[in-house]
Amino acid sequence: MKILAVDSSGLVASVAIVEDSNLIAEYTVNYKKTHSQTLLPMLDEIVKMTETDLNTIDAIAVAKGPGSFTGLRIGSATVKGLGFALDKPVIGVPTVEGLAMNLYDTKALLCPIMDARRNQVYTGLYRFQGHVLQVVKDQIPIAVEELIDTLNLLGEEVVFLGDGVPVYEDVIKSSIQVPYSFAPAHVNKQRASALAVRAFEYWNSGNYVSADDFVPEYLRMSQAERERAEKNISD
Amino acid sequence: MDDKDIRILAIESSCDETAAAVMRNGREVCSNVIFSQIELHKLYGGVVPEIASRKHIEKVNQVIREALNDADCSLEDIDAIAVTYGPGLVGALLVGVAEAKAIAYATGKPLVGVHHIEGHIAANYIENKDLEPPFMCLVVSGGHTHLVKVIDYDAFEIIGRTRDDAAGEAFDKVARAIGLGYPGGPKIDALAKEGNKEAIPFPRAKVDGSEFDFSFSGLKSAVLNYLNQCEMKKIEVNRADVAASFQYAVIDVLTTHAICATKEAGMNKLAIAGGVASNSSLRESVRKACEKEGISFYHPSPIYCTDNAVMIGAAGYYSYIKGVSHGLDLNAVPNLKIGERL
Repeated sequence: MKILAVDSSGLVASVAIVEDSNLIAEYTVNYKKTHSQTLLPMLDEIVKMTETDLNTIDAIAVAKGPGSFTGLRIGSATVKGLGFALDKPVIGVPTVEGLAMNLYDTKALLCPIMDARRNQVYTGLYRFQGHVLQVVKDQIPIAVEELIDTLNLLGEEVVFLGDGVPVYEDVIKSSIQVPYSFAPAHVNKQRASALAVRAFEYWNSGNYVSADDFVPEYLRMSQAERERAEKNISD
Repeated sequence: MDDKDIRILAIESSCDETAAAVMRNGREVCSNVIFSQIELHKLYGGVVPEIASRKHIEKVNQVIREALNDADCSLEDIDAIAVTYGPGLVGALLVGVAEAKAIAYATGKPLVGVHHIEGHIAANYIENKDLEPPFMCLVVSGGHTHLVKVIDYDAFEIIGRTRDDAAGEAFDKVARAIGLGYPGGPKIDALAKEGNKEAIPFPRAKVDGSEFDFSFSGLKSAVLNYLNQCEMKKIEVNRADVAASFQYAVIDVLTTHAICATKEAGMNKLAIAGGVASNSSLRESVRKACEKEGISFYHPSPIYCTDNAVMIGAAGYYSYIKGVSHGLDLNAVPNLKIGERL
């Protein structure tokens, strides 16, 4: 079983080819260039280097959200186009779960955070149990203060990761009351290989769709829809 | 399938239409699929970029699949993938660009990025089999008002542009002011037929120093002022007269500029393109003026005036046969200039 994985949900662009328990290639870049210009050339690079025939791929995995709306769509349109042309299914993996997968079998609670703007983070809480990632609290956009309150109530040691860490590091340090740490550089951002590993689990439980049917999950309405909904309530 | 034929799969997603088409040899339409989002955006009185982008990603594969099915072909029969990469809404453009790049990459087919407005101009080739450059083209849409000298299939010179609002934008704003709603163009066109175009003498703006440039913000303000004055004086507004007089002022300027530019360039062919090119009064006005001046007049059918992928396939074909091919790093360029090559 060979999976091609793509993540362009955050600051990092990452692509990987994973076959069963082997990571064949991974290319991760955290640089200011736009994902639109880098993602497909990166994929091309690893495909060429590993002499991969794209037709031998069994499924394409993608970070389905949350994340930057535009970043999610670049990744989504890329996998939809690949899936369309190659006639391969798409496995949408929740972005925050993919991040948590970076820290396999960690005993502490895992708390990936991504900057969601408007003073919120996209986050979720995860724990490895029996060597399998369990969702303690599913991914949502919430205020960082609310997240910290939840963690303080749970009272467990926690590891933070994600590109939201530098943004909220000071807030966390000043109000967290449980033992905590921040994940180091090699595992603190999106890695397409980790996404692929999580994707195998989704695949095995039949959680995949056709490329035509795949859509990202933003976890948020557009601003226009939100304002319209608020107006309708106040009317 | 005839091996000598060149088939282009074209994708367009620059604004609120998700479209795909298959074109044969640049001028023959094999399929034309358009998913319009207009009903969604009507709720907001205009196109909401984030909503447009979200809808594109939902529909893009279905639209492409339908275009291939309607053309009775598969990706294997396609010679190149053409896609609009600007100008337009960046988030919307990115969906089509990322999708087209992925399909081109996975199939090993060449990728051809197409300028949206050059696509509108190329829409004229579809039904006018004899039309070849050079000719003058008046491009009028919700976002653009340009007079373009089409020197060759891939060479353009802008000789006039709007200094402020696009003509279509002025239509939308005036339509809103007289309670017609969005989109304004077709609604004003319809209502104007019941009104007197000479009832209210709205101004025709001249732009200092550039003979062929346009300005519509003054005209829009004049209409709004007129409506305000009527309200203050408690005079009932004849909306049909306002629509007709406003439309006449726009069309008068567009026609005069287009004819003068064609004559001054020493050309004998004038085409119109873009969403507003389907306005029946504009067509009539330019047609009559062309007849009077002995200029041949060209225009696409309304279905090829609105945003579509057929026109992208037509323009993409002429780029393709000239050897244009874009790389996997092609990006959306929201303010791409006419004739610019990135």
